[in-house]
Amino acid sequence: MLVYLFRRLINVVLMLLVVAAVTFGIFFMVPKLTGTDPALLYVGKIADKVAVEGIRHKMGLDKSIVEQFWLFLKGIVVGRSYNAGTDVTHCYAPCLGYSFKTEREVWPLLLDRVGVDFSLAIGASILWLVLGTATGIVSALRRGTALDRISMSVALAGVSLPMYFTGLVSLAIFVGQLGWFPRKYTDFTADPVAWFQGLVLPWVTLAFLFAATYARLSRATLLDVLGEDYIRTARAKGLREPVVIGKHALRSTLTPILTIFGMDLGGLLGGAVLTENTFNLRGLGYEAVQSIASSDLPVIMGVTLFAAFFIVIANLLVDLLYAVVDPRVKLA
Amino acid sequence: MTTPTETSGPPAGAQPDGASTDLPAKKIEGRSPGRIAWDRLKRDKVALAGGVVVILLVLAAIFAPVLSALFGHPPNEPHADQINPDLGLPKGAFGGMSSEFLLGVDPVFGRDVFSRVLYGAQISMLVALGAALLSVSIGVVMGVTAGYFGGWVDAFISRLMDILLSFPQLLFSIALVSVIPNSVLGLGDTTVRVCVLVLVIGFFGWPYIGRIVRGQAMSLREREFVDAARSLGAGRAHILFRELLPNLVAPILVYATLIIPTNILNEAALSFLGAGVRPPSASWGQMLSDAVRIYQADPTYMVIPGLAIFITVLAFNLFGDGLRDALDPKGN
Repeated sequence: MLVYLFRRLINVVLMLLVVAAVTFGIFFMVPKLTGTDPALLYVGKIADKVAVEGIRHKMGLDKSIVEQFWLFLKGIVVGRSYNAGTDVTHCYAPCLGYSFKTEREVWPLLLDRVGVDFSLAIGASILWLVLGTATGIVSALRRGTALDRISMSVALAGVSLPMYFTGLVSLAIFVGQLGWFPRKYTDFTADPVAWFQGLVLPWVTLAFLFAATYARLSRATLLDVLGEDYIRTARAKGLREPVVIGKHALRSTLTPILTIFGMDLGGLLGGAVLTENTFNLRGLGYEAVQSIASSDLPVIMGVTLFAAFFIVIANLLVDLLYAVVDPRVKLA
Repeated sequence: MTTPTETSGPPAGAQPDGASTDLPAKKIEGRSPGRIAWDRLKRDKVALAGGVVVILLVLAAIFAPVLSALFGHPPNEPHADQINPDLGLPKGAFGGMSSEFLLGVDPVFGRDVFSRVLYGAQISMLVALGAALLSVSIGVVMGVTAGYFGGWVDAFISRLMDILLSFPQLLFSIALVSVIPNSVLGLGDTTVRVCVLVLVIGFFGWPYIGRIVRGQAMSLREREFVDAARSLGAGRAHILFRELLPNLVAPILVYATLIIPTNILNEAALSFLGAGVRPPSASWGQMLSDAVRIYQADPTYMVIPGLAIFITVLAFNLFGDGLRDALDPKGN
């Protein structure tokens, strides 16, 4: 178990390294393709030549791509000093550099933004996990009834609707026409009630989309499982139906649900780009789109790594949970 | 399909119109798996309806210039007389719908929404189908290679798929699209953008089908008919293309049909975030993103592209679901 965990953790680090290298490589090329100078982005257009060269040297932009990447990695682990003669700026680990645009440190900026994504992801995921799987399971057990048909039709519509459309429609109705909710995000620590009110619509819109997928998946999987031999055996042993379903069938139904749940949750924590842009929530996804528009490499790097980190960690947790949920899985 | 058992035909339920016990003289007809699937699909009215809508939409996209000339106005032609100059909104009710402008006009410019939706369908279909073709091609080659050869080849390809799946894809796609120059090799702006969208969406889509094909290829490799072929002296290419691939046609076909709606949603999402084709070319996502500013005053302009996406994606999903059920060897 410990050996397995150790191997997986090394794997996580390697994967993050690859993601970092590819992102760095691509966005290192961007200024060359579009003809913008990163040093100029730092100091502004009116700066004189000496100032630009000074900042280029200080931020290490005059070094080769390999050297810059190495300094970036080192910065994450042990921190990094930017110095040009007497002018020294120290950035403590984990250091992801400074934004080209705002000259703010990237790491605190990300920490500041991620709260929105956690709030969004936690509320929505509880909703969709409970509603989606419950609907799917009930539909599978009541296969062919009106209830099954109606919920599966709704689910099919759900997976076919783009979330920025349902989001806009719900905004138009509940915020515009009825005025039930504010179109504003408030920090949980500032005012929990306002936090809740501001997030109800994003939660429901996002959860509806995912719940539809989960309902379809859990229904299909449970129907598959119910056709397995070991379910027939369990019934032949004389087990009561609730025990057959609850103790035998549901366990293996949960495995694929868990897989996509890990991916979906990890993806959301790293920035719900569409939701944030529809509902005007200033989280990581919103920040990412802004930074891409302004070729702000340090912020893009930060957001991408953050997002990849959540996805990889979520996948690792899912694999560990498999062993708990599914008795057939052994970690080795 | 090359499994020898399937050529004898199923004895029961071969003819829906007459049971063989009542008419012993009637010849039992052997049906190929393809024929069985086609018969099942023909009975699935919902899937057929989806298929018909898909064909109509593809035709509408192909003949967009003709339809727009017959029932509308050129997609980029401004009609200032349809716009209230003070508000920048359509004069008439429901977004300016009239017998002349079937789906109204867009805000500010007064361009014909009917024509723009049709031309948007062209972009949507082109990108979705192109990207699906690309994903399926790469996914099948990689999946079959990984599944059949196993060992370090499998380890390498699987790791590659894991890494691609842990990339924040939407962010990457926006970033890549945003650095593409307006003109490459003398091709027009829209052509370049469509090609880039196909490449980006298609490339990030292949690991999903790669995983499915890999799993199938791994289990097929161990089957008796592959052993039989090998013992008869069949070469590697024969086994891959003549023995394995025909058995993979069904899952590949189903997946290809179901990845198209996902691609349509992805293209719309990228356009919504401003990384699609550039104005004045029309796309559905871009229309929705325009609608964000004015959804209160002109809800029609939000509803029409949203419905276009919904109907298209729903039709593809219905047809894909039906196809999957029809091709499922366990179904009846």
